[in-house]
Amino acid sequence: MNFDLSDEQVLLREAARDAFSRVRTVEAAREALEGGALPDLWSTAQQAGWTGLLIDEQHGGAGLGAIDAMLVLAEAGRVLASVPLLGHLPATAILNAGGLDDETMRKLAAGELRAAYVAARPGDDVDPAWTAEPRSGRRRAPAPEIARGDEGLATVNGSVAWVPDAVGADVLVVVGVEAGRPVAVALGASAEGVSVEAASGVYDATRPLAHVTLENACGRVLGAGEEELRRAWFLAHALIAAESLGAVEECLERSVAYAKERYTFGRPIGSYQAVKHALTEVLRRQENTRSLLYYAGWAYDDKPDEFAAAASAARAAGGAALDFAAREVISVHGGIGATWEHDAPLFFRRAQLSRRLLGGTGDAVDRLAGELLTGSAA
Amino acid sequence: MDLNDTPEQAAYRAEVRAWLEQNASQAPTTRGRGDEEGAVAAHRAWQRRLAEAGYVGVTWPAEHGGQGKGPLHQVVINQEIARAGVPGILDAIGVGMLGPTIIAHGTDEQKQRYLAPMLHADEVWCQLFSEPAAGSDLAGIQSRARQEEDGSWRLSGQKVWTTNAQFASYGLLLARTDADAHKHKGLTMFIVPMDAEGVTIRPLRQISGEPEFNEVFFDDVRLEPGSEVGPVNGGWGVALTTLMFERLTIGAGSEGMGYRADRFAAAIASDPVAAKDPEVRARFGELATELLALRFTGYRLLTAISRGQIPGPEAGMGKITAVNGAIAAGDLIADVLGPEALDPDSEWSYLISFLPGLKSAGGTEEILRNTVGERVLGLPPEPRLDKGIPFSELRAKERQEVAS
Repeated sequence: MNFDLSDEQVLLREAARDAFSRVRTVEAAREALEGGALPDLWSTAQQAGWTGLLIDEQHGGAGLGAIDAMLVLAEAGRVLASVPLLGHLPATAILNAGGLDDETMRKLAAGELRAAYVAARPGDDVDPAWTAEPRSGRRRAPAPEIARGDEGLATVNGSVAWVPDAVGADVLVVVGVEAGRPVAVALGASAEGVSVEAASGVYDATRPLAHVTLENACGRVLGAGEEELRRAWFLAHALIAAESLGAVEECLERSVAYAKERYTFGRPIGSYQAVKHALTEVLRRQENTRSLLYYAGWAYDDKPDEFAAAASAARAAGGAALDFAAREVISVHGGIGATWEHDAPLFFRRAQLSRRLLGGTGDAVDRLAGELLTGSAA
Repeated sequence: MDLNDTPEQAAYRAEVRAWLEQNASQAPTTRGRGDEEGAVAAHRAWQRRLAEAGYVGVTWPAEHGGQGKGPLHQVVINQEIARAGVPGILDAIGVGMLGPTIIAHGTDEQKQRYLAPMLHADEVWCQLFSEPAAGSDLAGIQSRARQEEDGSWRLSGQKVWTTNAQFASYGLLLARTDADAHKHKGLTMFIVPMDAEGVTIRPLRQISGEPEFNEVFFDDVRLEPGSEVGPVNGGWGVALTTLMFERLTIGAGSEGMGYRADRFAAAIASDPVAAKDPEVRARFGELATELLALRFTGYRLLTAISRGQIPGPEAGMGKITAVNGAIAAGDLIADVLGPEALDPDSEWSYLISFLPGLKSAGGTEEILRNTVGERVLGLPPEPRLDKGIPFSELRAKERQEVAS
């Protein structure tokens, strides 16, 4: 029984925290709301080796797993860092199953090329169809249609909305369907028929999103099978959950610090039970999220049948935890917590947008229910 | 990250599993709640059988009848017993907490006299800590023990929520021995024979109608010299040891307290309309998230215990998650199944009835959150009026406040 991080993983986390601490990402998050440029953290990601985390060592990657990716994303989330790993890492996990030449894989591992995962949601016990993110509303869009041609190529037709990190990516890894069965195709972002339209009016400026439209776009069919494509969806969930965990930790730290120093009616506000209990609840949800992230990380390698449930549970917990923590950090600070100049609203914006990406937190909750009710998970 | 057994643990598990397969037919078939003599005798015999096989008190030092193994071995036994669908030991309280307290603080004489019969269920024990006016505030207890000239003691007072008192031979009891000292400094731990003159045991029925607990009255009960465990007026330190072992025991058994998501899933999945209903799925997914988190937080806790770390107050948050998750599950299942779920013979009826009380067991949720907030987050305590004054003055103050 060793359900804890290894020494290497602890070092990875510390190195990530250190790397992000050198950049004023939280300030930049606010400035970006008014049109300021976000710091470019991709070179940081390259130097740290994060770009090749999920690519195998023969292509110059680190050959690591979900838990390692989650540790890096948690540190990014803690400081609202905008680094396009949520798009890049699941895409590289799919690419690692084969389909592109060695040189391209090496460049992706080194970060000389950047990939973006254009997701499709696996079917479930209620609806077996693979679907894509719609522009709006509850009805899911159909996944892009893939038509295989000769020499390992295929044409792709369809749209996927709200794709993280597609803007500026070099390679789009699009998951679509062919006769209802999932297939992944790699497309050059500037290939004919590919349109990546940056989403405007975003609430969380640290999260570049795009609407991807494919009109007879031609790309290379990838080796990833249904299992790998299922796994990529849930990996993305786990990464969002990890980002959320980091942000929760930061919200809690700031809340506790303020609760100790702010006085009212002659004593620190943290001495009042209502405040104390709210912050204890943030802690409880934080640690529950951490446990589920560990479960997801362990399941990714050791219990693949449970990965969907584990990642969904992690996303459900992390999303709810961040919603709660972000509102608490505002409330604990009283009126000033709700001002533009304060940092707390930036975590609130992160919470608001994250909970609606890739099916949303609600979809993760439903997925967990479906997995357990059909006996697919332990 | 590795949830698998080490080769040594795997071998141990195989051994335990094989023994259980061979001996399961000898296990009692009911949980034996309540105090039917036959049921108690059957559970005693089962514990004795387990003890003779070396599967009781495995973490106790060998010289006191245990196997000197680590906490993970106890976890393996707990898991295999659950898997085999047989009951655990009758005296989990004695073996898990009270025996280890005697090992830590008792005299050689006490260890010689009490440990072996406890292990074999020849003598079952109960914990006599909580009182009607002192639950969460354990140091506020009022049961009084006065020492006579010959070194014996006279004990008077009342204890409450005492599991197994009705068939226990002995109890480990915390009493006040110096009312002029500050409340934490005038306490002593005692071994009390439950058949002594002046001891009265009355069952307490819970919401379910079952008498899970008892209240115990002590009317000038004589305790022999040498009944003290640990130093006179040093009982608070002994109590802390017991509470620490309680946390360890809970940690080792934390694979759900029976509150596992898959158990609840089966009940809902049996209704095909419910299984596809979005509201049911949303509620179930949320509570399943909590219960899964509980299970894996438990594994993190076990990992820490296996490295020699003692669980701190943050371990109490698991209880909050477990109880509230189970409450949500019971409510959902009964909403899905309808009034049939509340039939007295239904397992759900029992669960639903048991859970409100469980919120307070082992410390109320409110106090637990206070403790975590103060000792884990470091938040400032609320003003307290009971520190730094003699206990006798404190009681007088409280009576005045109530009177006014």
